[in-house]
Amino acid sequence: MNFDLPLIWAIVILFGIMMYIMMDGFDLGIGILYPFFKDKTDRDIMMNTIAPVWDGNETWLVLGGAGLLAAFPLAYSVVLSAFYMPIILMLLALILRGVAFEFRFKAHENERHFWDKAFIFGSIAATWFQGLILGAYINGINVIDGKYAGGPLDWITPFSLFTAVGLVVTYALLGSTWLIMKTSGELQNNSYRLTRILAFILLAIIVVVSIWTPLLSNQIAERWFTLPNIIWLSPIPLMVACLFYQLQKSLAAKANTSPFIYSLGMVFLGYLGLGISIWPNIIPPNISIYTASSPHASQSFALIGALIIIPLILAYTAWGYYVFRGKVSKDDHYH
Amino acid sequence: MSDLALDLARIQFGFTISFHIVFPAISIGLASYLFVLEARWLMTKQAVFLDLYHFWVKIFALCFGMGVVSGLVMAYQFGTNWAGFSTFAGSVTGPLLAYEVLTAFFLEAGFLGVMLFGWSRVGPGIHFAATLMVALGTLISATWILASNSWMHTPQGIEIINGQVIPVDWLAIIFNPSFPYRFIHMVLAAYLATALLVVSAAAWQILQGNTNVGIRKMLSMGMWMVLIVSPIQAMVGDFHGLNTLKYQPAKIAAIEGHWENIPGKASPLVLFGWPDMAAEKNHFEVAIPTLGSLILRHSLTEQIPALKDFAAEDRPNSTIVFWTFRVMVGLGLLMILLSLFSLWARWKKDLYQNKLFLRFALIMGPAGIVAMLAGWYTTEIGRQPWIVYGLMRTADAVTKHSVTELSISLTLFIVIYLLVFGVGVIYLLRLLRIGPKPNESLQGDAFSINKNEVEDFIIAAEFHPPHSTPSEKKED
Repeated sequence: MNFDLPLIWAIVILFGIMMYIMMDGFDLGIGILYPFFKDKTDRDIMMNTIAPVWDGNETWLVLGGAGLLAAFPLAYSVVLSAFYMPIILMLLALILRGVAFEFRFKAHENERHFWDKAFIFGSIAATWFQGLILGAYINGINVIDGKYAGGPLDWITPFSLFTAVGLVVTYALLGSTWLIMKTSGELQNNSYRLTRILAFILLAIIVVVSIWTPLLSNQIAERWFTLPNIIWLSPIPLMVACLFYQLQKSLAAKANTSPFIYSLGMVFLGYLGLGISIWPNIIPPNISIYTASSPHASQSFALIGALIIIPLILAYTAWGYYVFRGKVSKDDHYH
Repeated sequence: MSDLALDLARIQFGFTISFHIVFPAISIGLASYLFVLEARWLMTKQAVFLDLYHFWVKIFALCFGMGVVSGLVMAYQFGTNWAGFSTFAGSVTGPLLAYEVLTAFFLEAGFLGVMLFGWSRVGPGIHFAATLMVALGTLISATWILASNSWMHTPQGIEIINGQVIPVDWLAIIFNPSFPYRFIHMVLAAYLATALLVVSAAAWQILQGNTNVGIRKMLSMGMWMVLIVSPIQAMVGDFHGLNTLKYQPAKIAAIEGHWENIPGKASPLVLFGWPDMAAEKNHFEVAIPTLGSLILRHSLTEQIPALKDFAAEDRPNSTIVFWTFRVMVGLGLLMILLSLFSLWARWKKDLYQNKLFLRFALIMGPAGIVAMLAGWYTTEIGRQPWIVYGLMRTADAVTKHSVTELSISLTLFIVIYLLVFGVGVIYLLRLLRIGPKPNESLQGDAFSINKNEVEDFIIAAEFHPPHSTPSEKKED
């Protein structure tokens, strides 16, 4: 049998990145929202809601990198070289916030504020650079002879600056709806309030990106606005609108879990939309997954493992979330 | 590409990986130690094992967290800084790294939450299983990354088509000639480094006049470990060296600081000297005739490789590896000495009182980590000028960033790593200073220093079988 390995691998990697955005998204969101919650007890609870799971969430980012190297080494080397500075800065920011989980609870009372700040700054900066990289990636990368041929600052464009802000809002919304689900009382009430505002901002951002992206290139415009694509793809914006409406309703009804689910849905559709815009390129604007593929022997060897093990990972990850299900209160001593 | 930019890229990689490697190594050792402690607790129901578990799991969590975030950098740095290498050999190292993530990183991360915070949410059996999964994860991780690294030293199972490595035989790639030696050598190094850390922490407590059954247990368990592992490690190291002699003779020549052979004469062993790469000789050399041949060839006539057998551009830097190798071996010998000392003290029944032994054990605390780093510098710098031995030069692997970009990134790495991991080490030392206490396991969950003890006791009571209450601790 002849499998379309590059296609399957592209789907695996897209799935991994989606898992990363949705899962690390909400725990980075907690850091982004920290400034809105000054109380130490609130902050303890917020961190405790994600302490048992953040590490697994971040592992999807490592899978994205490793999968890209395994299946599309050309894309891995070109994309990471092109975005040298923002990637290094993102990684350093992730370090600052990652150690805050441990350090915050190990620090003396008078040192804690420093790690609170590191957690806030690291979460915002990591997200901001991820958004910047996303925008710059959609903008396209200049490649000559399989090597990055652009300048060191090509990643700074009006569009990438906008997507950077967009991703901060996205993760903040995931974080605030996660808090609605995992907390109670005043902390939950504040999360409802923040969610209402964040949802409107995110909707505006989605609209702007949806208009801006096709303006970036004819290729993307054609993808969306020619027949028959326009018919097949029109449900996507409609579903975003629908989910937004459901989200508002669930907030009004003070629902616990559904706001988080609807937010995840909105983020997923946004991600899908961007994916559709650049497909089947792995280095926009014109290097496809087929051009950048690693040898058949590499893709098939790694794929066997991926297809067997990823379901197992999903199973025990789900079990982990199940073990730590329910609301977290100040009486929970995770730390 | 200027030489300076290449040097900066190499320094950046060396700096970030030197920081990184310490934390996973300690995590490997501690995860296995925690597994043993929990197993012993489940078997014997002696509270001391649970107390020690709860103490060391805090250190483990700290090291693990630092390992995760510093490791994330490594997974991306192959692309950001070594694009040539990734394009050329990503077809081999990529799948191996992907398997590491799939089989190890997720396993560790998935069960870590339960291991650290799950005491009151799952039963003891499930918790033990979680500890086992985390410990297994650390070892699986070591397997893949060392397979990948060893392949860069002794590449096999591939062909090169159009300037790209094409995998032909994955078993040959994974079980490449240097992999078994490197893997065992590294895992034992992790165990030794951790055991020495545990022993040193216990010795410090006893020297401070604090002693309880937990502290003594730590010292004793750790010293048995060092006693068993350090001689085995020396043997494995010797086999590893012979493997290197076969596959990377230039590295051996550089390690030995051996410049040239005289026809018909056995090779000497240089004990001391300062290899000078430009002058092609050693300064201040002290050498023993014939001993080099005897040790490496087990022969009185057969010569060992000499640096001048290789073109100047193919020689690794002998000045560095000559010394890093000697640091590693010297510390290894001290470890064996320490373990013999412990045996003697046990026989004399003053293991916990012998001040000289305890001071020796205390200062040997970082020895395992230093030896491990020295060993890695030896093998990695000894591989130069190649990134994939014999197939690709490091100079051809590097991404062509400007000196400005690299200076900025390197500076940021140095500042943030020193700050973050410096503080991490301070917190680690703080925990070690507090030391394990009887009833540690009744202090709630893994992170319970600033906790309301009454509430913790209530939580703890739920998962403690009644007979694990600290009756035998009264002896302290």
